[in-house]
Formats: sequence, structure tokens, C-alpha cells
Amino acid sequence: MRPPALSRWPALAFFAAMAAAGPLMDSFWQSLLTLVFFYAYMGLSWNLMMSAGLLSLGHALFLGVGAYATAVLIATAGLDPWLSLAAGGFLAAMVGSALTWLGARFSVRGVHFALLTIAFAELFRVLFDNWELVGGTGGFFLKAINPETNRPLATLRGGTLFFYLAFLSATAGAYFIIGRLMASRWGYRWRGLHADEDAARALGVPALQSKVLVVAISAGLAGVGGGLFGLMQGSLFPDSVMGVRVSIDILIAPIIGGLGSLFGPIIGAFFVVPLMEFSNVLAQRIGFFGLNTLINGMLILAVITFLPDGLWPRLIALARFRSSAQCSK
Amino acid sequence: MTTLYLNVISGGILIGVIYALIALGLTIIFGVMRLVNFAHGEMVVIGMYAGYALWSATGLPPWTLAPVAALLLFAMGYLLQKAIINAFIDRPQHAQFILFIALALIITGLHLLFFGPDPRPIQIVESMQSYAIGPIRLDVMRTQAALMAIGLIGLLMLFLKYSTIGASIRAAADNLIGAQVIGIRVRRVYAVTAGIGIACAGAAGALIAPLFDAQPFLATDFTLIGFIIVIVGGLGSLMGALVGGVMIGVAEALAALTVSPALKTIFSYALLVLVLLLRPNGIFGEPERS
Repeated sequence: MRPPALSRWPALAFFAAMAAAGPLMDSFWQSLLTLVFFYAYMGLSWNLMMSAGLLSLGHALFLGVGAYATAVLIATAGLDPWLSLAAGGFLAAMVGSALTWLGARFSVRGVHFALLTIAFAELFRVLFDNWELVGGTGGFFLKAINPETNRPLATLRGGTLFFYLAFLSATAGAYFIIGRLMASRWGYRWRGLHADEDAARALGVPALQSKVLVVAISAGLAGVGGGLFGLMQGSLFPDSVMGVRVSIDILIAPIIGGLGSLFGPIIGAFFVVPLMEFSNVLAQRIGFFGLNTLINGMLILAVITFLPDGLWPRLIALARFRSSAQCSK
Repeated sequence: MTTLYLNVISGGILIGVIYALIALGLTIIFGVMRLVNFAHGEMVVIGMYAGYALWSATGLPPWTLAPVAALLLFAMGYLLQKAIINAFIDRPQHAQFILFIALALIITGLHLLFFGPDPRPIQIVESMQSYAIGPIRLDVMRTQAALMAIGLIGLLMLFLKYSTIGASIRAAADNLIGAQVIGIRVRRVYAVTAGIGIACAGAAGALIAPLFDAQPFLATDFTLIGFIIVIVGGLGSLMGALVGGVMIGVAEALAALTVSPALKTIFSYALLVLVLLLRPNGIFGEPERS
């Protein structure tokens, strides 16, 4: 299975254009697109695990561990924000490796592995709910910063433009890193495990190492994303960064966009996030609570029923059809 | 001291029987169609609202309304299977998962539109009363709900064992290709199975409505409790769902008493992790057929 990929230069041009457009947008569009790139980034991380056939229903665990570790290290230990962010990613990767090692060691596969990820995420959420050091259910808060004297690149906190560019560059970074990984021998091993684990093992794919590695990278990326997310929010609650709902929100964009394609999660986020935001606004305007949830559900149902491979492969197919039609003229 | 424990354990058993009914719905759908119904909790909440609406319309005791809720949800499940779910049976797991997420969102959205986010309590005199059996006091509402749940579970078991459709369901769960070979109409079996599974959720919802006030956001908790029970008991195993339900009910009640109410769910999740690692097919599950 060779996923349709956007080759390097168009992707680079896309990210550069988005970066250049940043300062031209007002803060509404900046914050909307910040959210789009946050979900695109988390979707890339989730999709990486899926590429090895590992369905994660607990990605919020990695996001949450990264978010809490980064915020606690900065606020309580006074560590440098960049180091804290790296430490958050590292811790998330460790948690992910431990989970996967346990799962692979006891040969937990398929649905059972997916349920194991939920179980771990919920276990951690309840533990964080009851952990005084991180504020329990009351939440963990970062001190407000003074926008006058703040240097965003030193504190990793800033206005909407700063976080827009931060999540945009994170997405671009993840896109190229994952692209390289998928073309490496590990990428082939992961795809092999996805296609048929027993056959891949028989061909000598080191299943345990491959799985632990892919989850470590995926969880590390999610942890860094979570760290940035926590710095943007300024407050963390176990339910809002580790809840089941967060894990579900993360995987909608890549599935809608198209599984297994590198650009899918990004397209999916561009489709899903504005839709959710606009239906939220609509529901509030006319006072029908639940309308937004209903609209989201119906659209996801429509996409999954009528576009089984997601939006991106369909767009590619349309583009190819157009260009071949032009050639034949 | 013993009296206290006896009371807590009996309370746990009563709620555990209702949990078992929830889990039974999940496990029967998985056993036949290999589908994991991630919208099961939402369907329990439909049952809660059905129970609430029927109670406010008729004023009958809530436990008597569970069979009506079960029939309503059976029809819903049957149609849902025919109209939507059927197309997903041979699709990959993640596609099925997204389907149920979409259904869960739609159901929650409809609940919010029709009933709003505020809890809808069923208030009747019996909710304050209890039966006394020696030193043990049994909450009237819980006891009635649990007895009704046991009755419904018994009926379902008899149906599966003795009716023709029940036998076809068991055959399809046991060996799908074999069932097709001997002429069982699998699509119909699927629709009936989905109906039964979702009816279990609905009946349990109607029974639990007087105990937990109906509210859209309870759904996730019910889905997770259902999963924990079904995994501990063994995905697809009916006996496992029953024993697992009572086990989790008692374990949560005891943990709330001896450790702290806030930490009671940790025990369920820890148990889930242990079972997943050590016996992925559950305590009563059979090893996966290859």
C-alpha cells in the first residue's frame, strides 16, 4: 500500500505560504488556524501509530503527560521552557514505550490493544484527578505573563500569532520527520506489521522493537504538542487534557482526512476544526444546545459512509482525473 | 462492622446486576458481529430518557417501564443495523470505531436538543425507602431495578437457548461461515442481534434512571463500565458479562467504602489493565479462534 503523498516542494510551499499569511490575518483567523494546526499535528502523531497498525484510543494520555510535565517543570522547578518542553516529550515517549512494551510482551493485539490505550489513559486521568502536586481536579495554573516585557522565544508563551506560528512549525516539522521515517526501513517494517503482523514477523521484522519505537516517536510528538498546548491555555485540568473526549477529538481529523496518507491529517483538520467552531457559534447564536454536536456527528457519519478512504485520496483522485482529462484534449 | 460490609456488598450486587445487563448488550453485539459498540453508553442514556419520559407521562413505577424501553430500543437497533451499521461489518476496525463515534455524537446532540444539559430526576416516595432483611437494608428502587434486570436477563437467556432465532444467533456467533452454509440468513440475524444488544442498553438505562438522574454526559461512564466488564469477563462471553458485572459492582462499592469514593474507578481500570495483559480473552473468554 503506497499512500498518495504530497511531494516535498509543494508541501514546503504550503507551509511557507501559511506562515507568510500569519501576520496578515486578524486574531480570529489566527486562533482558528492555531487550533487547525494543533489538531493537524496531533493527527500526524496519531496517524504514525496507525501506520504500524496500532489503533490508539488514548492519545490524550501522551498529550496530557507532556502538557503537565512541561507546565510543572516550568512553574514549580523553574526549568528553561525549551528544556521543559523536551522533557515533556521525553516523558510522554517513556510512558508510550512502557505501555507498548507491556502490550507487546503479553501479545495484546487488535481491539484489545486499543482498549489497553483507553485503560491507561483513564487510569492516568483518575490518578491526576487525585494528585495534589498537579492540582488534582482543581487544575494546574501557570502564572500570567506580562505581554510588555515577554520574549516569546525565551518563555515559549505569547499572543495568538506566536502560537499560530508555533503550531504551524510543529506541524511542518512533524510532517517532514514522519515523511523521512516512513521512507526509512522502519517505515517499511511498520507498514508490514499493519498489513499482516504474522507475515511480517515471519520475514524477520522485529515486532517488539518496531512497535515500541513507533509509539515512542508518536507519543513524544504528542507530548511536545501537549506541552505547547498547555503553555497556550495557561491552565490544565485532567479532564480537559486526558479525558476520553480529547482522545476522540484527536483521531477524527486524520480519519476524515484519509488514513495512511501524510497530508490526510492536515486536510482533515482544515475540514473538521472550522466546522466544529462554526457549528459551536451557530448553536450558541440560536440557543439550540446540542445542535453543534449533532452537526458534527452527521458530517462524520456522511464522510465515513460515502468517502471510506477519507478526503485526501479523493482530492488526489479528482486532481489526477482533471489532469488526465486535460492531457487527452 | 460486618453489617456495614454486608450492606455495601449487597448494594454493589444490586447495581452490578444492572451493569451486567449493559455489558450483556455489548458482548452479544461483539460476539456475533465482531463490532465494538462505542456508542453503547449513549444508548443506555436513550433508555434513561425513555424511562424518564414514560414515567412522567404515565406515573407508573419506573421498573415496570423497562420492558417498554427495551422494545423501543430493539426497534431502533434493528433499523440502525439495517440502515447504517450493516455496511461497516467488513470495514476495518478504525472505520467501525468512527461510525460509532459519529452515532454517539448524533445521539448526544439529540439528547441535548430535546432534554437540555440539566439532569432529569425521577422523584417518587419509594426512593427514600428500603427493605430490611435481618441486618441488611436493601434500597427499594435498587432492588426493584435489579430484580427486573434479572428477569430480563433470564428471558434473554431462554430466548437464545430455545427459540429458532436464538439458535441462529448462537450459530452465527459460533461459526459465521458454517451458519451461512446451513442457510441462516445472516443479515437478519445481525439486525436482530443489534436490536437485542441495544435493547439491553435501553432496559438498563430505564432501570438506572431513578438511581442516576438522566443526563447526556453520563454516556461515557456507562460505555467505559461496559467495556471494563466485558473485557474482564471476556469479549463475547455471556457468562463473563454477568459475573463481571456483579464483580465490578461489588468491587467499586467496596473500594468506595474502604479507600475513597474518588478512587473507586482506579480499581476498575487497574483490573482492566491486568486482565488485558494477563488474560486478554477475559476470565471466562475462550482463546481467540484463528
